[in-house]
Amino acid sequence: MGNEKNLAINPGKRLGQKWRWFSLLEDRTLLGIAFVAPAVVLLFAFLAYPLVLGIWLGFTNTVIGQKGDFIGLANYISLLQDQLFWKVTYFTFLYTIAAVLFKLILGFALAIVLNREFRAKGFVRAIVLLPWIIPTVLSAICFWWLFDTTFSGITWILMKVGLIAHKIDYLGDPTNARICIIVANIWRGIPFFTIGLLAGLQTINPTLYEAASIDGAGGWHRFRHITLPLVIPLLTVVTTFSTIWTFADFQLIWVITKGGPANATHVYGTLSFQRAIVGGQFGEGAAISVFILPVLIVCVLVTYKYLRREE
Amino acid sequence: MREEFVARLIKFYIPLFIFLFVLLFPFYWMFITAFKSDMELYDLKLNPFLIHQPTFKNVIMLFKETLFNRWMLNTFFVSILATLLSLGASLLAAYAIQRLRFKTSGTIGISIFFSYLVPPTIIFIPLATIIFEVRLWDSLWSLVLVYPTFLIPFCTWLLMGYFKSIPKEMEECAMIDGASRFRVFWQIVVPLALPGILSAGIFAFTLSWNEFLYALVFISTTTQKTVPVGLITELVRGDVYHWGPLMTGALLASVPVALVYSFFVEHYVAGMTGALKE
Repeated sequence: MGNEKNLAINPGKRLGQKWRWFSLLEDRTLLGIAFVAPAVVLLFAFLAYPLVLGIWLGFTNTVIGQKGDFIGLANYISLLQDQLFWKVTYFTFLYTIAAVLFKLILGFALAIVLNREFRAKGFVRAIVLLPWIIPTVLSAICFWWLFDTTFSGITWILMKVGLIAHKIDYLGDPTNARICIIVANIWRGIPFFTIGLLAGLQTINPTLYEAASIDGAGGWHRFRHITLPLVIPLLTVVTTFSTIWTFADFQLIWVITKGGPANATHVYGTLSFQRAIVGGQFGEGAAISVFILPVLIVCVLVTYKYLRREE
Repeated sequence: MREEFVARLIKFYIPLFIFLFVLLFPFYWMFITAFKSDMELYDLKLNPFLIHQPTFKNVIMLFKETLFNRWMLNTFFVSILATLLSLGASLLAAYAIQRLRFKTSGTIGISIFFSYLVPPTIIFIPLATIIFEVRLWDSLWSLVLVYPTFLIPFCTWLLMGYFKSIPKEMEECAMIDGASRFRVFWQIVVPLALPGILSAGIFAFTLSWNEFLYALVFISTTTQKTVPVGLITELVRGDVYHWGPLMTGALLASVPVALVYSFFVEHYVAGMTGALKE
């Protein structure tokens, strides 16, 4: 330490200074590795390793509490021959596409509505985020109760107004249940899009809009040629994140329908839980989870491309 | 003037009102159900949007007949420890990646970021076997160790953004004055990054509080459950749903998160948008 201080006072000592930079560089690498170690070790042990182990488990007939044997592609072959698996695949994609699309449109719309000065703006913004903040399981319980056939408040209003004559079987009918699940997901996801895109909208220079207005551009034109191009990068990231989260969803569906009725609302996440944890078939469950991987890889690539462009 | 008002009404107030109504309606539904008696709940003649005879029966049942207290404490325990662990690891990692810029730091940074995208549904089965082998099955410590897998990526990324905004010159000056790297980190960088640390901490806390899948898989003893898992598994038995206590539980369990959030909402929004833009 004392030596270093000395060097700082006498910067003329070339040799000493060289030594000092060298030691600093050494220091840097060592210190750097020591600093990232805790994070890397945790992520490796409980994220990277399980990821690989999961792929391996998919090739085995492991059941709960027992070591399994390698059985090659048997899990995959039986899955691909299973009608139910295709049904689940169909709904996983339907769920993702429909929910993300609506979240995007509605979230963007709300961001545009909020992107202006008005009283209580901070307060409104805080309220808008609530569905995103409140634990999903807890809001899912609420939706579950709201979708009760006999006691739903929605049914009560619709009947009072005279729009429907009979009670709606929200979660007992496959199509209705699918719609309900998608609606609940949209409700929860709108705030993420809104707040994310609002941040992008606020960075747009208002003079751009003024200039466009002077040139006679209407509302749609301003949106199409100013707003959209400027928020597209952020829009891509927000959509990518939402896509992988929705595609790999579990809790919302597990709480509201548990995949029913007649397996109509199962997605990969809930099916693999049911096979692995409820049914004890770890190997088969792991194989189902592997089907989430391709979408994850696409999302990683899209994000990577975006990050690259930013640099 | 009048035309302007009509335009503002159509373009702003009406859409805003509809959005707010839809986003808040489920909370209202949750709230009124929590204070209704079973008799009122299942009386189809009454208007379901009003509370006719408010009751605290549900709250009492929740605290007396279930382990709700215990679940709340468990959730606090896990959330706070997981948050502290992740904050510590992320602070060091973010500083190393952003400032020390050693060999492979860039690759490590990108990898940590991408690990945020890995959904729990892909890894919960192999994780269950790992947790079983390290004998943490049915222990809250399993959650404390596993939650950082989704907290560290986010916190690291957020803190990297903050470190970027701290001028390098400050560190260099201190080092010329003889401060060690570690001292610079601890006495200059960390205090300056405090708002970022706060944002990351709030995020980590709410994310841990909300976690469901791992807690559902790893924990089976009633006394060890977290709030979300306890409510779902203990208040729904077969076909018997205790709607009143369920809604009360959902409402009460949301309170800590809502409180933390309301105090630090600016940090929260800044964290969310900051992380997205980085």
